[in-house]
Amino acid sequence: MPHGTPAPNLRQHDYRRTLATVSHTAAILDQTVPFPGAEAPSRQYDIDANGIRIAIHEWGDADAPPMLAVHGGFDFARTFDLFAPRLAAGGWRVVSWDQRGHGDSGHAELYSWDADMRDALAVFDHVGRGGPLPVVGHSKGGALMTQLADAQPFRFTGLVNMDGIPYKRNIPDIAEHERSKMMAKDIASWLDHRRRTSDLQRKPGTIDELAQRRGRMNPRLEVEWLRRLVTTGGFESEDGWRWKIDSSMRFGGFGPPRPEWTLMRLPGLPMPFLGILGSEMEEMGWGTPPKKVLPYMPLQGRCEVLEGVGHFVHVEQPQLVADLVLDFFGGLK
Amino acid sequence: MSVTSVRHNKIDLALHQLRAAIDETARPLLLLHGLGEHTPAEAPAWVTSWQGAIVGLDFTGHGNSTIPSGGGYTAELLLGDADAALAALVEQSPDGMITVFGRGLGAYIGLQLAGARASQVHGAIMLDGPGLAGGPTGPTSQSFFSLPPSNTTPDPYALVELGRDLRPPDYVRSFVQLAIAGSKLEEPVAVCTVFRPEWLAAVADEHGVMDVPLAEALETFA
Repeated sequence: MPHGTPAPNLRQHDYRRTLATVSHTAAILDQTVPFPGAEAPSRQYDIDANGIRIAIHEWGDADAPPMLAVHGGFDFARTFDLFAPRLAAGGWRVVSWDQRGHGDSGHAELYSWDADMRDALAVFDHVGRGGPLPVVGHSKGGALMTQLADAQPFRFTGLVNMDGIPYKRNIPDIAEHERSKMMAKDIASWLDHRRRTSDLQRKPGTIDELAQRRGRMNPRLEVEWLRRLVTTGGFESEDGWRWKIDSSMRFGGFGPPRPEWTLMRLPGLPMPFLGILGSEMEEMGWGTPPKKVLPYMPLQGRCEVLEGVGHFVHVEQPQLVADLVLDFFGGLK
Repeated sequence: MSVTSVRHNKIDLALHQLRAAIDETARPLLLLHGLGEHTPAEAPAWVTSWQGAIVGLDFTGHGNSTIPSGGGYTAELLLGDADAALAALVEQSPDGMITVFGRGLGAYIGLQLAGARASQVHGAIMLDGPGLAGGPTGPTSQSFFSLPPSNTTPDPYALVELGRDLRPPDYVRSFVQLAIAGSKLEEPVAVCTVFRPEWLAAVADEHGVMDVPLAEALETFA
């Protein structure tokens, strides 16, 4: 086909229709598992982010000043059901969104760090209308926002990063040929996965079964909370519950960027910065030792280390972390 | 020329059969185009000496392949494209292997494929072409932006995102090492380019990489 002419088969399946139907059904039946202190968003709607449907979730008074909350990888906005209402109670309109492929947002053909950043900008533009915003991000959401704060500081009044500060992994001292074998295995495994994804579906199960699977990645979180996550981040079909997240996505991967490159951006951040780290290392965390991060704090930055708390600081200690965030942003309001 | 469709996740890739095999016992040659290009209408003159089938792949967002919504391109995604083509072609190959011939960006992807699927790639030939330089070799002050949706190829997101894709030399070299470790060939990579950006100079310096003219590379891997 000559350059510049329309190509056939431009668009693939419209996953939106399926998910929209499922979301509608879930809303009618409201099978959400209750959890003490957890609240569903006050408002939910979609925006179009350059062709990708992004689901927005808001807690608090619609006229209150906005604060963005950015979830981590393999999470979704409703994982803030415990944390966001506490921020909203402090007088904020808390706005979160499901990243592409996660939660109720559209399943894209491609996923990348830059694409997530582009979707985030659409939300910033929608909520901030060109003005700066207070932002809190967890895990991958914290790392994304740290990089964006470095690239576009004018969009931030301040940044809270909850256990999302990547650090160089401590890989055991192994021989070079062993390292090559590990990389070969990782790449082959990723490519094998890609060969299967065109007709791959997430495994169905009961609420308890999905909660149990999730528990392997989130061993510190209460079972009832994990059960709630199934009913907010999953959907029920004839053969059981499935997670909404795109089945083509998987943990890990490979590529040239290195985790420590995000860390290098921290010292130069010009806006007020608060890091909140859990001292307990977990599977889904970055494995960042707090003492390694402290030297990288920006001039207007500080870091709180929560002893005995894991990667999901805002789920394990929602009130404590919300109080830290409210106190931090209170002075900026 | 015939075109078949190969599925890679949600993308339909166009695989162009540019010429049937002259010798049925010879393995296929997979052409990988440069950034912003597409598979040519017929086999280029400089590869017609190849005795096996000559096949060209349109990468995601290029030629007749699917244009994704909202970008998200990486070289690793294109490696997945090339791997989908490999899976289709090894079934037609007399010895279950293919040789890869890449221009520009396609040369980089071909090298990755030679490392990732070393036992199925009988040599990767790297030639000058669009997108050979790639992006920076380390962290930079990045810009983030959005573009209006496109329904024509090449996808503008592909041009921008793949044009600035990171290529640290040590990362690229690891694919050479994987190719050497997994290939029956002592020298499974041939650098035939005139231009040698930093990452490619690092590749050319590696043990197991040939620095030869194109005709010699084709003859060696035939």
